[in-house]
Amino acid sequence: MSVQASSSRPLVGLAALVLVAAIISLDALRSEPVDPFAVPPPAALGSGQAPAGAHCSAG
Amino acid sequence: MLSRRLTLFAVGLALVAAAFSWAGPRAAFLVAIGLGFGLVLEGLRFGFAGPWRTVVTDRDARGLVAQLLAIGATAALALPLLAAAPGELAGAHAPVGFGMILGAFVFGMAMQVVMGCGSGTLINAGSGNLVGLVALVGFIAGSFAGTLHLDFWTGLGTLPVITLQGFAGNGGGLVLTLAALGLVGYAAIRRADPGKRLPPLRLWVAAGLIAALALLNLIVAGQPWGIVYGLGLWGAKVAEAGGADLVATAYWASPANAERLSASILTDVTSLTNIGLIVGAFLAMRWRSSPDAPTAALTVPSWVFVLVAGIVLGYSARMAFGCNVGAFFSGISTGSLHGWVWFAAAFVGSFLGLRLRPLVLVPRKFTQAEGVA
Repeated sequence: MSVQASSSRPLVGLAALVLVAAIISLDALRSEPVDPFAVPPPAALGSGQAPAGAHCSAG
Repeated sequence: MLSRRLTLFAVGLALVAAAFSWAGPRAAFLVAIGLGFGLVLEGLRFGFAGPWRTVVTDRDARGLVAQLLAIGATAALALPLLAAAPGELAGAHAPVGFGMILGAFVFGMAMQVVMGCGSGTLINAGSGNLVGLVALVGFIAGSFAGTLHLDFWTGLGTLPVITLQGFAGNGGGLVLTLAALGLVGYAAIRRADPGKRLPPLRLWVAAGLIAALALLNLIVAGQPWGIVYGLGLWGAKVAEAGGADLVATAYWASPANAERLSASILTDVTSLTNIGLIVGAFLAMRWRSSPDAPTAALTVPSWVFVLVAGIVLGYSARMAFGCNVGAFFSGISTGSLHGWVWFAAAFVGSFLGLRLRPLVLVPRKFTQAEGVA
């Protein structure tokens, strides 16, 4: 038993973008909207603010 | 061709503009940095899993040396920056432990099965590789599942967080990091065949651009380049939408993670660069006059195995406090001992994964009636 996987690269790449768009859309329906007056400064360096701590290396 | 490339350029700009309008200037910068990562990794063929394979199978050190150059160039500026702004910038520092070492070993093995690491899976998916797309779905599920058990794995025993700058001072930590990178590079070059020792110009350029983007990531985000955290968060968002109550879990109850879970994905720095990276890989693939050949057809059991390998990649990366990006690249370039231990354990796993790959990924045999030999 086997499956054909000769889909073109542009089509598969587009499917990856659709997957990302679906996750962002799902999140937009459920999460708190971003407050445009409370967005962080453009760069962390020089902002005086500590990093959020949400990183792969954090537990 | 020209009109298509102008359209692709406009798509990239539109994505950055959308991020700016939805989540502010930092989000726009991070999406742009992610786009840069995607364009460089896919456009200049800078990878992690492939060079780890060829250094073993072909005695070809060029890709690995390029990785070490990128890490060294990043460290040369990241470590002084971290020392100068400890309240604003943080390194990728994590503890070495039994679960972390096991996770890195398993990650190394799985990444050779799907020929994609953390960044490679995103690049492969964005550039239209079906194996990469299937592995990405598994990676998201696996890195989320890993968050549910991380306290178990860390409970098996971990050392305190150790950094080279903590051990030898800021200047000493940088010297130790560069010396260790040089030693690994020297060993790889000595073992390589003639003509396969030093990177070609393309990889020098790619290493420089990757280092520049990694430094920009640190300056803008306040923390180093990562992959796995964002994918685990995406999995958590999907799980919550499916009715899961994650507030009771140790990982998602911690203040930093709980905040990310309730806030928009567009406020998570790792998610923003991940999004940019996938789109950047897509744009680089479409930029070419003729895309690479489609992924080879595999048997159904092999596709199931790719999905499972993706889950294992995500789960083990969470156990290991990062993948080839968050632990290996960013850990080492910001002085964390766990980055070096990750490298050693994952390299041994990668060696075994190379022997496993032909046994589990079986190409489909076409019949004459299907017209393919």
